Amino acid sequence: MATTKKTATKKVAKKAAPSLKFNTAWEYAPALEGTSHVTIAPQYELFIDGKFVKPESGKYFNTINPATEANLSSIAEANAADVDKAVKAARKAYNGAWGKMSGAERAKYIFRISRMIQEKARELCVIETLDGGKPIRESRDIDIPLAANHFFYYAGWADKLDYAFPNRKPTSLGVAGQIIPWNFPLLMAAWKIAPALATGNTVVLKPAETTPLTALKLAEIIQECDLPPGVVNILTGAGATGAALVQHNDINKIAFTGSTEVGKLIQQACAGSSKKLTLELGGKAANIIFEDAPLDQAVEGIINGIFFNQGHVCCAGSRLFVQESVYKTVLRKLKDRMATLIVGNPLDKNTDIGAINSKQQLDTIHKYITIGKKEGAEMYQTDINLPRKGFYCKPTLFTDVAQSSRIAQEEIFGPVLTVQTFRTEDEVIEKANNTPYGLSAGVWTDKGSKIFNLTTKIRAGVVWANTYNKFDPTSPFGGYKESGYGREGGLQGLAGYLHI
Amino acid sequence: MSERSIVRPDFRHSPSIDQVGAEERAARFTKRSIKKESKLQGLHLALSMIDLTTLEGKDTPGKVKQLCYKAMHPHDALEGLPTVAAVCVFPSMVGIAKKALEGSKIKVASVATAFPSGQSTRDVKLRDTKYAVAEGADEVDMVISRGKFLAGEYNFVFDEIAAIKEACGNARLKVILETGELGSLDKVRRASDIAMHAGADFIKTSTGKIQPAATMPVTLVMLEAIRDFYYETGIQIGMKPAGGISKSKAALHYLVMLNEVLGADWMTNEWFRFGASSLANDVLMQLAKEATGRYQSADYFSID
Repeated sequence: MATTKKTATKKVAKKAAPSLKFNTAWEYAPALEGTSHVTIAPQYELFIDGKFVKPESGKYFNTINPATEANLSSIAEANAADVDKAVKAARKAYNGAWGKMSGAERAKYIFRISRMIQEKARELCVIETLDGGKPIRESRDIDIPLAANHFFYYAGWADKLDYAFPNRKPTSLGVAGQIIPWNFPLLMAAWKIAPALATGNTVVLKPAETTPLTALKLAEIIQECDLPPGVVNILTGAGATGAALVQHNDINKIAFTGSTEVGKLIQQACAGSSKKLTLELGGKAANIIFEDAPLDQAVEGIINGIFFNQGHVCCAGSRLFVQESVYKTVLRKLKDRMATLIVGNPLDKNTDIGAINSKQQLDTIHKYITIGKKEGAEMYQTDINLPRKGFYCKPTLFTDVAQSSRIAQEEIFGPVLTVQTFRTEDEVIEKANNTPYGLSAGVWTDKGSKIFNLTTKIRAGVVWANTYNKFDPTSPFGGYKESGYGREGGLQGLAGYLHI
Repeated sequence: MSERSIVRPDFRHSPSIDQVGAEERAARFTKRSIKKESKLQGLHLALSMIDLTTLEGKDTPGKVKQLCYKAMHPHDALEGLPTVAAVCVFPSMVGIAKKALEGSKIKVASVATAFPSGQSTRDVKLRDTKYAVAEGADEVDMVISRGKFLAGEYNFVFDEIAAIKEACGNARLKVILETGELGSLDKVRRASDIAMHAGADFIKTSTGKIQPAATMPVTLVMLEAIRDFYYETGIQIGMKPAGGISKSKAALHYLVMLNEVLGADWMTNEWFRFGASSLANDVLMQLAKEATGRYQSADYFSID
């Protein structure tokens, strides 16, 4: 029991409730990352068989900067004929030089790609920010270095596959069709391409239509690295291009990262074929704060969980569960922390939250904010001015949220956090698992045994303890239930590209 | 005695700190890019927050007087500079400093309580404190009994701080936790809570005699303790990282942290200080660079 003793006589006069004032004493001057070292061509073609070629479709679409809505470049749109050309080139490469090459030789190429990404990191991170809207701090410190690390890591596996799975003789699959999302454009390309090449496959990759530029820069890097023609082909386009890729008969493997809705369509399309399939889909992760957690660090974990990359993260900690006894404290700390988040120009090194990736996604987020308000949840947004041009969303909290609220059930994919309370461990486990998704979760407590209890009972591919949104090439990542199947990263990430 | 009710919670229940998380958060502040007018403003603020310090066995009246002149005239070649906040000396030099600083607004801070080890009796510590105050110290920088703290005798530490606070009279009390000897961030938090509840006006990281001295994660944990205490009691407590902050860039990182943890009310030298001896010249060098566009040789800045 606490021993309380009052030794002084005078009591402090009751003043107004204490509150802190942020963003008034010292405003940071703009600190823009330069763009003069960056080259973006006015038009990009398809990368097929080691060359940039005009699309059979004859069509182009624009990619814009979501922070300013300015046009960045005109991008070729691949149709079924282009897909066929690319798959044929990949097949030829697989049957030719690449398929016959030793693992040690393949590793040299993959290693070269990673070195080249590092060399061009400054250019790549600015392009990633221009094309996708993410803050330069994140593309510089997370996206680009991690992308290089994935190539480094898998380069190491290329000549050791015989030892990866004991008593097995793993063999490559053939041609892999890969479709990646717009939230981590270059990083997702690395997640897909690096293990596919390490295991001896060839690749046809389709980046997302709103963020094709770094994949095309990667195509230039691959060309510069002198990879045999056709080993990596990059086709830009929208949903129809992806569908043509999925439906192509001469593909041995489809790897998809994106929405659960599209994932289900792909699974249907692949049914009855011999195509091997891995899916990394949506999520609605529970981030669970117990009363014995290190609260200030937990608050930082909540911030990283939901506001990292504008909340465009499939493993975002979008459902916050706080034990009732510390609810008020956590909410106060969270609001104070949110007050210091800087939302604005993604190229400013001080920006914490950049632009929403597209008008379409901004509309989706606004739709859910409206739903949340209609459902009777209480909304809190920080008091800031957003830039007038571009797609921006204030960091948003919803409290008084029920488990049955749509905002607590459906993936919003934006900077919107729902907050619920719980009383006991069993209750929060049940609520955390009560979702069609199962990609990730976070647990915050000082007690090791509680961590192990939760990590064994929460049905999610990744459970972070006293941290959140940590990624490493050596660590497998993937989902349960409607968050998909198959693992990317680590030793497990090889399995999706091998006959074992 | 301040008008403040003293409550003694069970300090074993101080909030826990995750070291990895605290270090990551502290590192994130260093990612802020402080340029142009915000840099100039930050440098001025940093200069005004310095407790210019000399705490050596070889200190003499002559040395202290020179330091006091520097405190009042950091670099007269540049116009519009603030003075530093205080001059920090041993009790025997307080009288000299007081006289040298006459007419300025610069405070005299004195270390006391068997600084830096604190290994003496309560009686000696109280007399040490009273002597410094009688000589004219506006601020007293005491050390806690780290041995007693590590032995779990929190009430002893609490009572000692409360007794020194009483001996301080109107002088403001800074309580040095000597975080480099405490061993964990959990302990830093606990010692901060004890000090604030026992009557500290400021909490301070280090004596400067032990490594590591001030670090960003340690200061972060102390700022968070101050914030929680403020929400709990409405009482504002000051913060003084001391030792090891010798470059402007580091000082700006600390100010970013202060700005984003405690906010505007703490962004003055009434509530935040840097305990440093060599920081001032680096700040002056940066200010001269901002004014002239060029870095000057170190020989243009006085060494006191």
